[in-house]
Amino acid sequence: MKGMTLIVKTVTRWVKGFIFLFGLYIILFGHLTPGGGFAGGVILACSYILLTLAYSKEVAHRSLSRAVASELDSVGALIFLSIALLGIYFGGGFFVNFIHRLSPGEPFRFLSAGIIPLCNVAIGIKVGSSLFMIFVILSAMRVIVRKSDNGREIIDNRRKHPR
Amino acid sequence: MNIIPLFIAIPLGFAFLIPMFSRKVRWLPDMLGNLATLSLVILSFYTIGRTGNYYMGGWRPPIGINLVLDGFSSLMLIMVSGVSFAATLFSVQYMEKYTSKLRYYSLFLLMVAGMNGVALTGDMFNLYVFLEIASIASYALVGFGCDHEELEASFKYLVLGSIASTFILFGIALIYGMTGSLNMAHVGQMIQQQGMGPTLLFAMVMFLMGFGLKAALVPFHAWLPDAHPSAPAPISAMLSGVLIKVLGVYAMMRIFFNVIGVDEKLSWVFIGAGVISMVVGGLLALGQWDYKRLLAYSSISQMGYVILAIGVGGMAMARGGAGANSVAALALLGGLFHLINHATFKSLMFLTSGSVVYGTNTRDLKKMGGLFYKMPITGLCAMVGSLSIAGLPPFNGFWSKLIIILACVKAGFYGIALVAVAVSVITLAYYLKLQKYAFFGEVGEGLKDVKESPSLMCLSMGILAVLCVGLSLLLLPGPRAVLLDPAVEAVLQGTDYITVVLGR
Repeated sequence: MKGMTLIVKTVTRWVKGFIFLFGLYIILFGHLTPGGGFAGGVILACSYILLTLAYSKEVAHRSLSRAVASELDSVGALIFLSIALLGIYFGGGFFVNFIHRLSPGEPFRFLSAGIIPLCNVAIGIKVGSSLFMIFVILSAMRVIVRKSDNGREIIDNRRKHPR
Repeated sequence: MNIIPLFIAIPLGFAFLIPMFSRKVRWLPDMLGNLATLSLVILSFYTIGRTGNYYMGGWRPPIGINLVLDGFSSLMLIMVSGVSFAATLFSVQYMEKYTSKLRYYSLFLLMVAGMNGVALTGDMFNLYVFLEIASIASYALVGFGCDHEELEASFKYLVLGSIASTFILFGIALIYGMTGSLNMAHVGQMIQQQGMGPTLLFAMVMFLMGFGLKAALVPFHAWLPDAHPSAPAPISAMLSGVLIKVLGVYAMMRIFFNVIGVDEKLSWVFIGAGVISMVVGGLLALGQWDYKRLLAYSSISQMGYVILAIGVGGMAMARGGAGANSVAALALLGGLFHLINHATFKSLMFLTSGSVVYGTNTRDLKKMGGLFYKMPITGLCAMVGSLSIAGLPPFNGFWSKLIIILACVKAGFYGIALVAVAVSVITLAYYLKLQKYAFFGEVGEGLKDVKESPSLMCLSMGILAVLCVGLSLLLLPGPRAVLLDPAVEAVLQGTDYITVVLGR
């Protein structure tokens, strides 16, 4: 059986959704409460990292593959940049909070602060996917220990590839 | 529409567009990468003669972040864009032998975005953020080949680079604690009110160490001869050509000249570091047998000239007196002119080294020989580059070194002027060695069927070689008034930068 014990797996099955939901909450309410795109993104990534640890890379890979995570990484950055560029078009300056100028909204309500929640969402996508990618890539590295001719164990971590 | 933020937005946007859309299409990364750098070149020419102060998000300083465009940053933008266009053009065929072009161009453009940001920003913490963007992208690019030696160099560069960044951050934190502001102009204003104190002195030492490490001045140069040769050739060209200048020299000059203000002691530090770098880099380069390592040591030596000129300029500014302003202007003109000249000829030399490695698969000068007959275009470009660095008359390197030496003499530093001449002779010696062993003499063993590099690589080297000759024209009164004089003015205005930016 791959992954950790049954206890860990069961607990993970119960809490993984809540962790994900908590990450979404931190991102979406970033302009009202402590937290924001980065902190929420880290929590989103944590839910996937927990899945990887408790089950296996393959299970986590089924719900969020490396290719998709890589795409999301770029998408998040591009959303952030396009919000900034839309500021030039609508508000007359890079990163101008043009939505807030059009409809300020009521302070301390969910729909307020203009582009800041949108920026938080973009950062959340970017941070969550790239942190998950970093974890996957680090866990993909493995150290190969092989016996040398005189019987000593040597660590062979050099990749062989054509130059 | 104001074009200032586009210098950050375009490379950043393309850096993330390339990995998104071009996974399937093989030629798309090359095209998008070159399109991005070409558009930056065109945009950078629009900045000539313009000045501007751009408020990000419409927030005015000292609260908001502002981007400041003046003659000095415009010169840096042109330099970065020009060299990065030559490097991407070279990469099209050179990078075929590496694994992932997507990631290469993505990291490359992130590095360009970071450097453009450093050149434009008017905010200290923003400067640090852009500096880290450029540095982290360059750490990854140095280790791009994933070989043992490359990863080791990358790790060494990463550790020393992070130490430098930490020092810079610590300096910024001290300044923030002292003045309560991060906007450069506002910080400058507060410093003028509060005067020099131990906190500020400590912060200045931190900045000197941090930026000195980024600029590879001699006590802090150990990472450069490992990192620059290990990177793929176009990246070496970017690192030696522009990265050490923008992150090191430009940022240092901006903070010391425009924010804190130079005094005599600081100028002595610059002059001392410059002379030591010049001499030590030159002497170490003499003994090298690795094509790219020789170029890397040569970079240290040539950066010494730039720092020396800046120090002499600062000294003249600090001492004041009759005619001091003209001496300072001459020294800074020499320094900045040598800065852009070095960007062209050193990136040209690193690209020729890439072309040689592409053809012969070796960097060892002892195994080469007679390549001039096998690769005529590469040979010719390398010769133009070598003669420019060594400072022979028709080429641009001669004029900038001449101005630096003249400024030293006018400021009364006769001994230092003599050292600068002597180092120029040493430079000529090691480039003649390079020419003799690599390009002339008997054709080396196993090099009988070496061919000239593909067309785009030759084109990119050709552009830079033409620039090496053509940049001499910048000293004519007309072009000089357009490009170099505004840059010198921007440095020479010293702490008047504060009133220009804050407008009061």
